[in-house]
Amino acid sequence: MKKKVLSVLLSAAMAASILAGCGEAAAPAADAGSDAAEAEAPAADAEAPAADAEAPAAEAPAASGEAGKVLNIAAWNEEFKTRLTDHYPGYEVVDGTHGKIGDVTVNWLITPNENNAYQDRLDEILLGQESAAQDDKLDLFLVEADYALKYVDTDYAAAVESLGISLDETKDQYQYTKDIMTDSNGVLKGVSWQGCPGVMIYQRAIAKEVFGTDEPEEIQKLFADWGKFNESADKLKAKGYLTTASVADTWRVYQNNVSKPFVDGTTIQIDDNIKKWAEDSKDLYDRGCTTTANQWTDDWSKGFYPEGKVFCYFGPAWLIDFCMAADTEGSVAHDGGWAATEGPQGFFWGGTWICGCAGTDNGDLVADIMRKMTMDPDVMKDIVLKDNDFVNNRPVMEGLASDPEYHSAVLGGQNALKMFCAGADKIDMSNLTAYDQGLLGDYQTAMVDWMNGNFASYEDALDSFYKAAEVRYPELTH
Amino acid sequence: MKKQSKVARVNRWGYIFLIPFFLTYVIFQVIPLCSTIYNSLFENFRSGLKQIGPNFVGFANFAKLLGTIDFWNYFENTLLMWVGGFIPQILVSLLLAYWFSDPSLRLKFQQFFKTVIYMPNLIMASAFAMLFFALFADQGPVNSILVSMGILKQPFKFFASVTASRVLIMFMNFLMWFGNTTILLLAGMLGIDQELYEAAEVDGATSSQVFFRITLPILRPILLYVLVTSLIGGMQMYDVPQILTNGKGTPANSTLTVIMYLNQHLTSKNLGMGGALSVVMFAVTGVLSIVIFNLNKRKD
Amino acid sequence: MEENRKVSKGIPVKTRRVISYIVLIFFSLLCLIWFYILLINSTRSHAEMTKGFTPIPSTHFVDNWINLVNGTIPILNGFINSFIVSGGVAILASYFSAMTAYAIHAYEFKGKQAASAFILAVMMVPTQVTALGFIQLITKMKMDDTLLPLIIPAVAAPVTYFYLKQYMEANLSMSLVEAARIDGAGEFRTFNSIVLPIMKPAVSVQMIFAFVGSWNNYFTPALILHSDKKKTLPVMIAQLRGADWLRFDMGQVYIMIAASIFPVVIVYLIMSKFIVGGISSGAVKG
Repeated sequence: MKKKVLSVLLSAAMAASILAGCGEAAAPAADAGSDAAEAEAPAADAEAPAADAEAPAAEAPAASGEAGKVLNIAAWNEEFKTRLTDHYPGYEVVDGTHGKIGDVTVNWLITPNENNAYQDRLDEILLGQESAAQDDKLDLFLVEADYALKYVDTDYAAAVESLGISLDETKDQYQYTKDIMTDSNGVLKGVSWQGCPGVMIYQRAIAKEVFGTDEPEEIQKLFADWGKFNESADKLKAKGYLTTASVADTWRVYQNNVSKPFVDGTTIQIDDNIKKWAEDSKDLYDRGCTTTANQWTDDWSKGFYPEGKVFCYFGPAWLIDFCMAADTEGSVAHDGGWAATEGPQGFFWGGTWICGCAGTDNGDLVADIMRKMTMDPDVMKDIVLKDNDFVNNRPVMEGLASDPEYHSAVLGGQNALKMFCAGADKIDMSNLTAYDQGLLGDYQTAMVDWMNGNFASYEDALDSFYKAAEVRYPELTH
Repeated sequence: MKKQSKVARVNRWGYIFLIPFFLTYVIFQVIPLCSTIYNSLFENFRSGLKQIGPNFVGFANFAKLLGTIDFWNYFENTLLMWVGGFIPQILVSLLLAYWFSDPSLRLKFQQFFKTVIYMPNLIMASAFAMLFFALFADQGPVNSILVSMGILKQPFKFFASVTASRVLIMFMNFLMWFGNTTILLLAGMLGIDQELYEAAEVDGATSSQVFFRITLPILRPILLYVLVTSLIGGMQMYDVPQILTNGKGTPANSTLTVIMYLNQHLTSKNLGMGGALSVVMFAVTGVLSIVIFNLNKRKD
Repeated sequence: MEENRKVSKGIPVKTRRVISYIVLIFFSLLCLIWFYILLINSTRSHAEMTKGFTPIPSTHFVDNWINLVNGTIPILNGFINSFIVSGGVAILASYFSAMTAYAIHAYEFKGKQAASAFILAVMMVPTQVTALGFIQLITKMKMDDTLLPLIIPAVAAPVTYFYLKQYMEANLSMSLVEAARIDGAGEFRTFNSIVLPIMKPAVSVQMIFAFVGSWNNYFTPALILHSDKKKTLPVMIAQLRGADWLRFDMGQVYIMIAASIFPVVIVYLIMSKFIVGGISSGAVKG
C-alpha cells in the first residue's frame, strides 16, 4: 500500500519534470524560419567566433550557419527584450522568457538589479561559462554604466571586432558610449543603441497651476540652479505638491557632476557633490517637498499618476517612454501631461550596452543583433519614432531634432530632442568605477536613514555606508 | 547459542536501517560543517571576477568579526526582535490555552479558533513578509485605511522608523507562532490531573489562584522547552526581515539579523568571514541545543 | 462535576466567558484580516489600488493572474518546482525518519545509545551554519542550480525522527513484529508492511509538516537556485522586492502572494483537525 502511494507520487513527480522539460525541448523544433536559405548548415565549428579576429566583416544577415540552437541573453529587465521584439526582423515571441529568431531559440535570463542581484548572477554564469554545455553558454549580456568596467576589462566580454564588426561601422555612435566599453588595452567590447542624457520632466498641469505657465523655457528659469530649485519647491509645497517623488530622483544629477570617482584604487572617497546631495536632499525632505521612497517602488511611481501630486522626475528618454506607464489609462504620460526642460544641472542616467560573450556559439547572430539594433539607421530611427528613445546615432538624432514633424506624445507634443542632443555631447563618464552600482545603493540607503532621523548626523550615516560597502566589497577601505 | 546468533543477525538490521540517515547526515551536514570551519581560517573572497586567496590567516577572521561592534549590534537586533515577539506570544498563548482547557468556561467553537490561530504558522514566511511590505507601504492599504478613518492625518512611514520596522517584525513573529505555542501549552494543560483542580475548588481557590499555583508550576518543563526552541528559532531569524527590508536591514541596520549578515557574506562570496560567522553561530546554537538535549533526555 | 464547580470569589463565570470570546475573536481577526486584504487586493487592478483601499472585491482577479503568468516570472515552473521539492522532501523525510526511528526502537545493538543521543543532539543545529560548506559541496558535486540538493538531505531529518520515535514508543507493540518474524518475513518487509501501516497517522502528519516546511523554505533555495526556471516559489516571491520589472503592477504582486499562500491554506483547512492534533502529539508526550 505504502509502496504504491510512493511509486505513484514518484512517477507523478517524474511526469511533471518531464513535462517541464518538454516545454523547452519542443521549442526549437518546428519553424523553418524567415531566412532559411542555408538550412542544412552543419554544426561543425562549434567553437567558432571569439577567437578568430579576422572573420570577414561580411554584411550577410543572420543565420549564416550558426552552430548554436539557443541564444542565451542575460538582462535585468525587459527593456532590451521589448526593443528586440519590436525592431529586430524575424524575432518572434514564444512566451514571457522565450523568443525565436529563425530556428534559434532566444532564452532570456532576467534577474532584477536590486541589491546587486544581476551582477551576482552574471558573475556566476560567466565563471561557469567554461564548463557549461554549448546550449547553456551565455551568448550575450547587457551591462550598465555603473558596473560596465567590471566586465569590459575581462576576457569574458568578446571584442566587438572579433565578432566581425569593423570599428568604422560604429562611427555614428556617440563617443562616450564607446569610451565606456573600451578596455584598458583600447579594445571595444560592447555597443549600445541608446544615449541617456537626462532632463527634468515635469507635469504641465501643476506647472500651470503653480507657476502660471507650462512653457519649458519659462519653467527652466525657475529651476535653473539648486537655489532656484529650492525656492520653487516651496511654492509647489504651498499648493500641496511634492517637487520630486523621492530624494533619489536628484541623485544622478549630483553624482554626474562630481570631480573624483567613488573609489581611488581600493579607497572609497566621497566627493563634495555627493555630500551636497545628502545635505540638500535632507533639507528638501525636512521641508516636506519630497519623500524618501526608494526608486522603482510603488510609492515612488505613484507620481506617474495625477493622484501622486509629484511635480517632476529626473531622467533620460528611456524613463519617459519605458517606465512612466504611458500605456496605462489614467497616467499622466497616457494623457501627454509631461514636458521636459534641462533642470539645474546636466546629467546622464543609465544606458544599456550589449556585450557578446567570449565563447558564444552564435557569433554571427550576436553580431547581427549588434548591427541591427545599434548601427542600422533605419532601425534606429524606427526606435525613436515608435518608442521615443534617444538612440545612439548622431545623424539620426540630429535629423529628428530639427524635424518639425517629430514630437513626443508623452511630452504633450514637445520635441525635446535638441535638448537631449546637446546633453549627449556633454556626457563625460571618466569618473566611473566598477563599484558604482553597489556603492551608490549603499550610500543612498544610509543617507535616507539619516533623513528619516535614524542617524543623528551625516557622519553616523557615512559610517553605516562604509560598513555596508566593505561587506559588499571586502577589498575596499576608507 | 543458536538463538543468540539469530538475535544478533536480526539486530544487525538496526545498523542497516541507520545507514541512510547517517550517510546523508555525514555527507550533507558534517562535511559541510567541517569545510565551513576550515574556511573560517582563510582569507578568501572575490573581487569583481577575480579570486583573492585563499590565504591562511589563523583566527584573524574571528578577531575581526568579534572585535568590531557590527556583529554585536546585529546579535542584539536579533535577540531584541525575538524577545519582542516571544513575550506577547507566551503570555497570549498561556491565556488562550488556559481558557481552552478550563472546563468551567465550556468554550464553544474551540476547533474553529484553534484552526484560525494556528494558520499563520503554515504561511510561507517570505510571502507573509512580502504581503506586509505591500500592506504597510507608505501608500499601501493600511495607511489608506488609517487615513480614511481619520486616525492618521498623513501616511505613516512604517519602514522608515526603527521602532515601527522592528515592531512589525516582532508582530509577524508573534502572529506566526502564538497559535503553535497555544496548542502545545494546551496539550500540557489537558494532561494535568483533574483531581488537582477539584481539590483546589473544594478549598475555595479563585481561578487566578488555580492558574498561578497549580497550572504554571506543572507546565514549567513545557514552558522551558518552548522557550529554548523559540530562542534557537529566533537566532535563525531571517526570512521576514530579509524580505521586508530587501536584505538591507533598514532603517539604519536596526533590523539586520545575524543570519542576514551571514547571507551578505555568502552573496559577496566572502568565504572567510562567512565561515567565521557560521562557526560562531554554530557555537551559540550548540550551547542552546545542549539545554534542549538535557530536557529531552529527562523526558525520555 | 463541572456543574458543581462554583467559584466563590473572583469574576463570575459568565463574565469570564464573554471576555474570553471577545479576546478569541480579536485574535482570530488579527490572524485573518491580512488574508482578507490580500484576497481583496488580488482582485483589483493597479490603477484601482492607487486610489486607496476599499473592502469590496473588484473584477480583475483573472486579469491579474493572466498578466502574472504571461510576465517574466515563470510562476508555473515555480509551482512545479515547489511541488517536486516539497513532495520529495515529504516522502524522503517521513519514510527514512520512520526507518531510523524503527532502528533505534526495535533493535538492540552496540552504539545504539550513542546513535540516539547523536540524533537528539544535532536536532537543533540550524542548516544556516553549514550553508557555506553545503554550497561548496554541492558545487563540487555539480548539483548547483538543481533541485536535488534541496531534496536528498531530507533523508536525515532529526526533528521528524524525534516525533515518529515518540509515536512509535506509544503505539508500536513489538509482539506484532515478532509475529511477522515468526511468519518468516524479512526485516525490511516487516518494516514496510507491518510497521509503516501502524505508523500511518503519525507519518502522514509528519509528511504534511515536512511538505509545508519545504514549501515555505527560502534560505537554502535562494542560495542554490539561480536560473529562473528552476526557482521555487519563495525565491520568486523574494524577487518581487526588486520591483522594476513588474512595471509597478501591484495587482500581480498580490496575486502571486495569494497564489503561493492559498494552496497551503486550503489543504490546511481541509485537514485542520488532523494537523492541529499532530502538533502536540510528539512534543508533549511524557
